[in-house]
Amino acid sequence: MPDFIAQWLNQNDIFTAMTIMEYWDGLVTTVHLVFLSLVIGLAVAVPLAIMRTVRNPFISGPVWLYTYLFRGTPLLIQLYIIYYGLAQIEGIQETFWWEIFREPFYPALLAFTLNTAAYTTEIIRGAIVSTPHGEIEAAKAYGMNWFLRMRRIVLPSAARRAVQAYSNEVIFMLHASAIASVVTIVDLTGAARNIYSRFYAPFDAFLFVALLYMLLTFALVFAFRKLENHLLKHQRPLSS
Amino acid sequence: MLDLKGYGPALMEGAVVTIELAFLSLALAVVLGLIGASAKLSNSRAAKGAATAYTTLIRGVPDLVMMLLFYYGGQVVVNMLSDYIWDAYEIDFFFQFDPFISGVLTIGLIFGAYMTETFRGAFLAVESGQIEAARAYGFTRWHTFRRIMFPQMLRHALPGIGNNWQVLLKTTALVSIIGLTDMVRVAEEAAKAERMPFHFFIPVAFMYLTLTAGSELFIKWLNKRANVGVVQEG
Repeated sequence: MPDFIAQWLNQNDIFTAMTIMEYWDGLVTTVHLVFLSLVIGLAVAVPLAIMRTVRNPFISGPVWLYTYLFRGTPLLIQLYIIYYGLAQIEGIQETFWWEIFREPFYPALLAFTLNTAAYTTEIIRGAIVSTPHGEIEAAKAYGMNWFLRMRRIVLPSAARRAVQAYSNEVIFMLHASAIASVVTIVDLTGAARNIYSRFYAPFDAFLFVALLYMLLTFALVFAFRKLENHLLKHQRPLSS
Repeated sequence: MLDLKGYGPALMEGAVVTIELAFLSLALAVVLGLIGASAKLSNSRAAKGAATAYTTLIRGVPDLVMMLLFYYGGQVVVNMLSDYIWDAYEIDFFFQFDPFISGVLTIGLIFGAYMTETFRGAFLAVESGQIEAARAYGFTRWHTFRRIMFPQMLRHALPGIGNNWQVLLKTTALVSIIGLTDMVRVAEEAAKAERMPFHFFIPVAFMYLTLTAGSELFIKWLNKRANVGVVQEG
């Protein structure tokens, strides 16, 4: 078997050590970008989701508008607005922000974070709203204040209900990150596009990254299934 | 008033392209979804396996990668095919694999996988007593499907179809990347030429918002109609 692989690697011009390094760098960029936007997006989404459930329309209204705008428009448009738009803001090129936003990575990170935060806010809001009344009543009866109730009862219980929808959002984000390649970021898709244009070999270039994305997706699905099993342990039927 | 610097008509044409693309892809997705769901629910192991492979593969790959594969790969396949036809039959056959066709094929294929799951769930939601009753009345399989299963399934499938449609509409923006002059592409060119990104992208964003908000209302109305006569529990 190794002989066969070595022979095959020697015979083809496309999968050389150099292109495999390009793919590897692209993979690192994709994972980096997706991971950061998901973590920041989740951190932003939890407080927003709580604000969204508050009765006061001056608090929940703006959050509603934010999620509505970001969920109602394509991510590609959001990316273009941020990527091309930031450079056009008066005077930004003189500030230190320009050092950050000159690289395409950061505008893309900002766009992805805002997008995933909007979807995640709605997922968590749905989970919070569907908290059984009894749980909140019991917490109140124990004399818990709003903050303690949120922290000990509502959020942990909502997290269990949100995890399945959130795993879909994570996979959606991984797939959506492919558009980073249009603003000159060399992520996995960007690497495939470069290799395609160098060799004019669409199948070698794109089928290979499709396979890599698929492996990443299945790894995520597997990890989330484990997490779900762990979180919902108490609901599993007793084994006889 | 909004001054579009003469790009107004081009943007409108782009919007029409976006809408055409979305509707054609939806039609393809519904057809593939029905075939996929029937295959998944059939007794044939081969059909089941093929449908499962289809939905699993599609859901593992990003839409953009699949679109690039179809657009660039499709042309290579067509060229090979036309070479073969020329060699074998001396018929001059050529076919340009344009971005619009690649877009419809890719988006239709992707959402066909999602529709498969939607329809599968909806078919399973139809009470088995209904089907038994139809068979008892001597309906053929096709008749049972058309008269009993399909109309009742549609009610359960509508919310899922609605969700898929909303996502599909936003996915059409990707076709601008492979060169289709939809509204995103026009806005991008205008924004670059005039150096005014907000000026062109924000109206396009609002166009998408109008489309998604309009579809939301329409789907709500359809749902209401489909559920006439169904007693809501609780």
